[in-house]
Amino acid sequence: MASLPETQITPAPVAAAAVILPYPETAIARRFFPPMPQATHPLLVKLQGFASTVLPTAFMLAFLLAFWSLACGPDSALPGPAKVWEESHEVILHPFKGVEFHGLVPDIQDGGDVGIGAHIMKSLARVLKGYALSAVIGVALGMLVGTNKYAFRALDPLFQVLRTVPPLAWLPISLAIFQQAGPSAIFLIFITAIWPIIMNTAVGVQNIPVQYRNVAKVLALNPAEYFLRIVLPACVPHMFTGLRIGVGMSWLAIVAAEMVQGGTGIGFFIWDSYNSSLLSDTIVALVWIGMVGFALDRIVGLIGRLIARS
Amino acid sequence: MKQRSYLALEGVTVEFPTKAGKFCALDHIDLNIEKGQFVALIGHSGCGKSTLLNAVAGLNKPTKGVIFLDGEVVDRPGPDRAVVFQDHSLLPWLTVEENVALAVSKTAQGKSKAEQKDWVMHNLELVQMTHAATKRPAEISGGMKQRVGIARAIAMQPRVLLMDEPFGALDALTRAALQDVVMELQARLNNTVMMITHDVDEAVLLADRVVMMTNGPAARIGEDLMVDLPRPRQRLSVIDLPAYGAARSGVIHFLHERYRNPAQAA
Ligand SMILES: Nc1ncnc2c1ncn2[C@@H]1O[C@H](COP(=O)(O)OP(=O)(O)OP(=O)(O)O)[C@@H](O)[C@H]1O
Ligand SMILES: [Mg+2]
Repeated sequence: MASLPETQITPAPVAAAAVILPYPETAIARRFFPPMPQATHPLLVKLQGFASTVLPTAFMLAFLLAFWSLACGPDSALPGPAKVWEESHEVILHPFKGVEFHGLVPDIQDGGDVGIGAHIMKSLARVLKGYALSAVIGVALGMLVGTNKYAFRALDPLFQVLRTVPPLAWLPISLAIFQQAGPSAIFLIFITAIWPIIMNTAVGVQNIPVQYRNVAKVLALNPAEYFLRIVLPACVPHMFTGLRIGVGMSWLAIVAAEMVQGGTGIGFFIWDSYNSSLLSDTIVALVWIGMVGFALDRIVGLIGRLIARS
Repeated sequence: MKQRSYLALEGVTVEFPTKAGKFCALDHIDLNIEKGQFVALIGHSGCGKSTLLNAVAGLNKPTKGVIFLDGEVVDRPGPDRAVVFQDHSLLPWLTVEENVALAVSKTAQGKSKAEQKDWVMHNLELVQMTHAATKRPAEISGGMKQRVGIARAIAMQPRVLLMDEPFGALDALTRAALQDVVMELQARLNNTVMMITHDVDEAVLLADRVVMMTNGPAARIGEDLMVDLPRPRQRLSVIDLPAYGAARSGVIHFLHERYRNPAQAA
């Protein structure tokens, strides 16, 4: 920066002591700052942020729809978007047909003729039961295998073998055990979701940093305290990685299971629409399945973050 | 039978099993530390300082030899030998206050909840950390974390305070500030302390006695130097004393002449 001109200080004449000297011009000039850049309106900033996150997705969707319409002309076997709307707008617009809400509790009509949302709810209820079971048992087994090296040696090979069995391969066994469609679907969910939960929890426990274990040793924590104060909080991130993979897999499995078994649920809906040659209904169901699976993943992720923070 | 020192290491040998056979880290270490003595342990990297400290902490067992603390044999870790770890080792899911409280809950048997809380806050105050009591370790600086680590250790009212390079990861200014904290605490509490350091000035400034270890493997105690400086100490008033300079040059000669850094010698 160039040095500013020295302020001229004129000594006041002794006789005219009462005269007030003007404040030096140069000093006044120094007090004017260059104008600040115009601050953007906070609402505008927010809007910009929103647009920059949402617009790419919107463009991608528009592109996808355009591509789909172009690729599937009026005569193609796979219906284009316009045809899907034309054939399935009833399904799209009335997802909760045959469902009565008592407050938040849905009451789903018996019989097959219900909306797609009702089928989704049936499937979700099954997934919830099977998944809750696998979460509890999976975390417990993961902890056992992670803390005890003999349990690890005994069980790990078994887990490694069983986890590669595809969900549908369990179906005959599950039907043989339970003799009923309902419980065997839940078992299928359970057996599909449990492996990543066990594996990740075990890894989390095994990877507890040695520093934390040393702290526990120096404080002479008893086993219960060690588990509650160190092990559990330390392996929350790994545990929720497993729980997240598990929920995704259980959603995959339920659709497959219901397709084979029939009755109710989104898997049945797809199978039914396929048998009735309603391919556009199937496409609507695909979108629903994707959205619900995405939501499940996010919900489990969110719970994990909330727990890790508390 | 002769009177044993407060903390007595008798013929402590530590060997680690490795693929290439046994690795002898420490070879027949004899060390006697009196109650209220502040001992600095100094030596080149990898000579076995942490191994020795961890043996006293009970985190690793000597292959041979015995460690006595106040007449009792040390055979497991325990809160009577609090450790300040080099990397602070605060539990990240607990607040500063909860980290100290966890230690207090294990050592303050018979105290009421309110008394325990007061004790936690009192110890945080000793290291000037009450302002961050509700913060998580991730939200405070490295120097602050180490203060909390010290508070956690002294709140346990240990019989021996063990510090493994407590300030090794800190910048020079923060380090000096924490040395002042330790000096102040030592003047108030007169703990028995065993502290590992790489820093000659830190050793001389803080300790009553500097124990110098030879280079490993099979490290031994090479020299044992008493630091004859008055207590309580103040950084500026002691560094010009002749005893300070003498102690300092003694340690430096040991480290850089008699037992040079093995990495440099090679
Ligand atoms: N668990 C272990 N297994 C095998 N060798 C080990 C083990 N722990 C330490 N050692 C060896 O023992 C020696 C002493 O290690 P130690 O950690 O005590 O050194 P140190 O003096 O604390 O070094 P630094 O100043 O770098 O912390 C080293 O050669 C190290 O490789
Ligand atoms: Mg070390």
